[in-house]
Amino acid sequence: MKQHRKTFVAWLQAAPMMLVFALFFLLPLLFVTVVSAWDYNEYEMIPAFSLRGYSDTFEGCIAELPSLCTILKTYLNTLKLCLLTWALTLLIGFTVAYFLAFHVRSKTWQIVLTLLCTIPFWTSNVIRMIAWIPLLGRNGLVNRGLEGVGLIRQPLEWLLFSEFSVVLALVHLFTFFMVVPIFNSMIRIDKRLIEASYDAGATGWQTLLNVIIPLAKPGIVIGSIFVITIVMGDFVTIGVMGGQQIASAGKIIEARLNALQFPAAAANAVILLGVTILIISALTRVVDIRKEL
Amino acid sequence: MGEKRPRSFYFLAAFFTAYVLFLYGPMFAIYILSFQGPDGGLTFPMNGVSLVWFGKVFSGSGIVDIGASFKRSLQLGLVVMLLTVVLSVSAGLAFRRSFRGASFLFYVAIASLIMPSIITSLGIALEFRLLDDFIIKSGATSWTTAMGLFTSGLGAHLTWTLPFGLLIMFAIFNRFDGRLEEAARDLGATPWQTFRHVVLPIILPSVVGIGLFGFTLSWDELARSSQTIGSVNTLPLDLQGLTTTVTKPDIYALGTLTSAVSFLVIFLALVVILVLQARQRRHGSDAGKGMV
Repeated sequence: MKQHRKTFVAWLQAAPMMLVFALFFLLPLLFVTVVSAWDYNEYEMIPAFSLRGYSDTFEGCIAELPSLCTILKTYLNTLKLCLLTWALTLLIGFTVAYFLAFHVRSKTWQIVLTLLCTIPFWTSNVIRMIAWIPLLGRNGLVNRGLEGVGLIRQPLEWLLFSEFSVVLALVHLFTFFMVVPIFNSMIRIDKRLIEASYDAGATGWQTLLNVIIPLAKPGIVIGSIFVITIVMGDFVTIGVMGGQQIASAGKIIEARLNALQFPAAAANAVILLGVTILIISALTRVVDIRKEL
Repeated sequence: MGEKRPRSFYFLAAFFTAYVLFLYGPMFAIYILSFQGPDGGLTFPMNGVSLVWFGKVFSGSGIVDIGASFKRSLQLGLVVMLLTVVLSVSAGLAFRRSFRGASFLFYVAIASLIMPSIITSLGIALEFRLLDDFIIKSGATSWTTAMGLFTSGLGAHLTWTLPFGLLIMFAIFNRFDGRLEEAARDLGATPWQTFRHVVLPIILPSVVGIGLFGFTLSWDELARSSQTIGSVNTLPLDLQGLTTTVTKPDIYALGTLTSAVSFLVIFLALVVILVLQARQRRHGSDAGKGMV
């Protein structure tokens, strides 16, 4: 009886959060799925079953073969940006986390330096994007500098509002999502295992490859999930840093929304969701997230 | 200490320093450029030093009504912060016992965290649109919309902040010594007294951390707000809008002001956390101090 009351109390404590997620996350997802199969005209959605949202999205995909249709091209491009960002954030994030976890010995310094990496995360993403303009613009510091030392005659145009600046900004904004989980995994590695590895005659690289990386794998996977899902659905960074010229999976949805084609936007959201779930389930094959928290 | 550092240390320390410069360098560039002289442009060099662009932001001349969206973002941020703290602590306590749906809630929270923001935003927008249609069809012809800052907007922000709050609570309770509560219970404390006088003081510094996440994530939120705020804008939305139209440093001034609020909140939260921790150390344990 007492036990029964206790679980009831626990349930009540969790209920408000559950309610928020039900109203503002689960139900909206349901609506996205339902509306994706509705009909629509120029200015409103029509609650009648239709796959027009999907067929419009894949328009020309068969007719234009062997060349790729817009949606496939866009997805391939998004995947490319995603892969580049993932590789860079992983490389940088792993190195930074490794330094913090194994080379910073005092606890206080560890906290201070971790905080130093976290503070930008608490500030505005848009501002951190705009911040690249004075550096990468036509008359920005980089172009001036390169012209100054005589490496280039004309300003480089591809520095800003290009795929380069998009990836740069994505790495700038989201490496944090790699650092934290990888650091979290590394800090829990028993230091004696590393000593044992050295004692057994392994070199630094061998220890890194055979001891540290396998034990840090959960953090790597969690960080990868964060970065990949963020980049796959991103439309803000790609919009601002791409000068609104680069297409992406997220931007298609935004464009459909601006045109008030809700079922088409929803259909694209379902497709994006499907692709994202595929990637995540492939990654979670490697690790059980719940166990790692 | 005293042990000789391996060579890799210096390489990694240099790498880390470069990373920190990469993180902060561009931000400081725009903070400096926001003090650009009246004839200055969007890039270096500085053409004199002035507060002209801050004045432009405050007077609202030329650009949208920043003051109003500043206030809206601040209000929304505070409400989101409060709700994130209360709901996360409450749910965090629940997760210490097993209850029906515990793992479901956990996975929903994770899903909400990693869901591409545009999908969540679109879903909430659809939900409110359908609700409006439904209300109008039921006869309330003068009805405009239920969508707004503190309905759909608030909900959208919570789907982003609550997962962080819950994860922080997990981290707290992973390290929490349950025997302290048992001791309180044995001494006759009611569940509320145990929470109020034992658990809460111990977890308070981390709870302030949840508040910090709640406010700053809401204050800067953009992607999830984009479709759910209704007819008005929050500050990040205004800022994003300005990126395509503004060619003067007033956008930097606005960015500096926005960041100043973030830094102020971060600073306050960290000070509060440090004070609380210091107090805990002072009052924490009286073991070995003899009878009082």
